[in-house]
Amino acid sequence: MEVENMAGDYSLSDAQELHVLAVDDSHVDRKVIERLLKISCCKVTAVESGRMALQYLGLDGEKSSLGIDELKVNLIMTDYSMPGMTGYELLKKIKGSSALSKIPVVIMSSEKILARIDRCLEEGAKEFLQKPVKLSDVKRLKDFILRGENDNKETEQMKEGSCSRKRKIQDCSLSLTQTHDIPSSPKCSSAPLLQQSLLKHPKIA
Amino acid sequence: MERNHHLHRQLANLRQSFFDQGYLDEQLIQLEELQDDANPNFVEEVVTLFYKDSARLIHSIDQALEKNPLDFAKLDSHMHQFQGSNSSIGAKKVKTECTQFREYCRAGNVEGCKRTFQQLKREYALLKTKLEAYFEVA
Repeated sequence: MEVENMAGDYSLSDAQELHVLAVDDSHVDRKVIERLLKISCCKVTAVESGRMALQYLGLDGEKSSLGIDELKVNLIMTDYSMPGMTGYELLKKIKGSSALSKIPVVIMSSEKILARIDRCLEEGAKEFLQKPVKLSDVKRLKDFILRGENDNKETEQMKEGSCSRKRKIQDCSLSLTQTHDIPSSPKCSSAPLLQQSLLKHPKIA
Repeated sequence: MERNHHLHRQLANLRQSFFDQGYLDEQLIQLEELQDDANPNFVEEVVTLFYKDSARLIHSIDQALEKNPLDFAKLDSHMHQFQGSNSSIGAKKVKTECTQFREYCRAGNVEGCKRTFQQLKREYALLKTKLEAYFEVA
């Protein structure tokens, strides 16, 4: 469904709402990371295993129920020690996939084992966070990812011209109609962000 | 007003005793900072999940300790999970017992594991009563 593009380009990254996929077998930790991410104005999908993460990302052979644009995950945060598939194994699968390898992956662990950290970073993890994860960690990650996303968007705009404009309109319509809970905290109500983004939409070269 | 003030003081003293006596560490404060008017029960919800997970893991470990010979890898794995939960809510004393238990696992020390686990269960029970009291007053 397309929305009339009234005020110039508008993209998901302009609205600064990242979609984070959190993977952790601990129910307690899933709840906490979800809260940390929501406070940081991120959309969160939390799953309990590497297998479910791959299923969600459409990597397990079965067709994901969501279309690729709706699915767009900006960051994956995964626990290291999980039964079945470890966070490291999940990392390898993601980095080994041409469709998903660009998604930054962060590993979380309660254990600070240097060999483990090195291995993860070598395999392409963006960062290795010590648990329990703090709000400052998440905020820092978000800023880092946003900077990357904005750089990517500008590059895309320069390369793709009208193709990217059409895709962004679809993103816009989805983010306006999706019903995930909008936090009532004044820190991140979505309306002011929308206004902000319309005011400072990037120019196309 | 007087009663409210009294309750607040009681609550503040109770909280302080948790930290002073080493039952909890600053992770609990971090969790409380994530709570707001829109999510006023966040900490309690997390702690409820924690109780549920803990009961399950303690039961698994109890059962695993009955086996002969002990499967130390499995015990360590359960305890790693339990340690993680405790760390997430800031349960400092219980976490220390977890670390001790895992050291005994790695050393293959049966007596050490069993003894530490009894101590751990006592600490956990204490923690639980304190947290329950805390949420009563809050």
